[in-house]
Amino acid sequence: MERYAPKLMELAPRDMVSRAMYQEIRAGRGIGGKDYLYLDVRHLGRKVIEEKLPDITDFARIYQGVEPLTEPVPVQPTAHYAMGGIPTNVSAEVVRDEKNTVVPGLFAAGECACVSVHGANRLGTNSLVDLLVFGRRAGRQMARYAGTVERPQPIADATVPVHAQLEAIRSRESKGESVAKIRHELADVMMDNVGVYRDGKLLTAALTKVRELKERNGAVSIGDCGAVFNTDLLEANEMGYLLDLAEVTVVGALARTESRGAHSREDFPERNDARWLKHTLAYQGPKGPTLKYKPVSITRFEPKPRTY
Amino acid sequence: MNVDVRILRYDPERDQAPHWENYKLVVDPMDRVLDLLIKVKAEQDGSLSFRRSCGHGICGSDAMLINNRNRLACRIRVDQLGRKISVAPLPGLPVVKDLVVEMSGFFGKYRSVKPYLINDQPEPERERLQSPKDRARFDDTTKCILCAACTTSCPSFWARPEYVGPAAIVQAHRFIFDSRDEGAAERLEILSDEDGVWRCRTIFNCVDACPRGINITRAILEVSSAIVGRRG
Repeated sequence: MERYAPKLMELAPRDMVSRAMYQEIRAGRGIGGKDYLYLDVRHLGRKVIEEKLPDITDFARIYQGVEPLTEPVPVQPTAHYAMGGIPTNVSAEVVRDEKNTVVPGLFAAGECACVSVHGANRLGTNSLVDLLVFGRRAGRQMARYAGTVERPQPIADATVPVHAQLEAIRSRESKGESVAKIRHELADVMMDNVGVYRDGKLLTAALTKVRELKERNGAVSIGDCGAVFNTDLLEANEMGYLLDLAEVTVVGALARTESRGAHSREDFPERNDARWLKHTLAYQGPKGPTLKYKPVSITRFEPKPRTY
Repeated sequence: MNVDVRILRYDPERDQAPHWENYKLVVDPMDRVLDLLIKVKAEQDGSLSFRRSCGHGICGSDAMLINNRNRLACRIRVDQLGRKISVAPLPGLPVVKDLVVEMSGFFGKYRSVKPYLINDQPEPERERLQSPKDRARFDDTTKCILCAACTTSCPSFWARPEYVGPAAIVQAHRFIFDSRDEGAAERLEILSDEDGVWRCRTIFNCVDACPRGINITRAILEVSSAIVGRRG
């Protein structure tokens, strides 16, 4: 890591560590020429490893059969957390546009939400901010809000389109592709083309692939048509949402011709504040997502190059 | 390698009673039972139903009876089990479908022990501090992920489903011995009930079943000692 973050080394932010790992693997310096590296924690000693890293040590033992006290652990960069999400204000109220217009009565907090406290890269442990701070603020704001409004009239036919969507999947003939096949192909293209490093060519190819998968997903069939705990139907339904989110991610990344935080474009390696110091807002439409932008409010922390 | 997986299937809309189904799979010895279930669902029978979420032993969704022991499907590997693998729902809870059990009774018992910080003192300006020694007092029971593997492995629970069960006692322990908490008296009162801690016969099944390695029997004994101490 001295080549990449000479001061913090392995404790550099994980987007930087991921890029360093990716570059080493790509340069053919993976272990045995393969696509992984070693993480060596042996110098920490048994006490520190067992007290401070119990879960991760356990993962190495269970999932790789490796003993971190005595052996290096094979590692590889992977997706870990979804940055961005449903835009909210600091009271966890969902906002609908670049003017931060509140959607009355709709709240979001946690990984699904984007309060924009993390900038373009969430640092380690900071998802607790989303949970503990904004979860609490959401609860308080909900209680305040509920005390000021009349009970809303339920929308009479709210369930009709949802039932229709589920019924469309359930009633398809059992000749289509499986959801698992679409999911695997989506995972592969998002990992390979929209992962640690991106460029215009990879992203354009990913967009074509995601749209092809969307098309094919319209004809998947499921093996369970029952009404009780039907996870087959659930997964098929969620596949549509996954594809929508994948498409938004690719479209947003393709438009953003710069590198910022965890978004690293090899064809545009520099941060470009003049053009891109702004939030991306994606609107779903019949022809796919369209993008708008919202200015960034800078308070205490100016954007600056990250050197570690 | 080739494995034979036997799964206890039950679809309330079609079946009178649960029945075993056999699946032949080609798997890696390092695959986990969860990988096998996902493979069966993707390749052989999409109707196979089971809960899973995080896939690495944190969320506690996929506890089930694997080769006759309660295990998390995501934490037990093929090479630890052999070529014949049987998978059934957790014992002692009503089956909703296949490997999915009804958990509301289990969570009801969890709620009954008030598993949250009770402290009516005025809120301090900063967080309530705790010494490392005081924190260590209940460290073991903070590891519980509410997977229900312990409670559903307990013969006392099988014999009397009203028994609050090891998981709820572990969760109570986590707060009873927390120096910042003031609800010990009311929790101990709840747990001294006839379906509380006295149902534990120190059989240790719970300790064997716990995927987090919690010394559950010790936690239960510490809670019963606290009840006795309070009376004396």
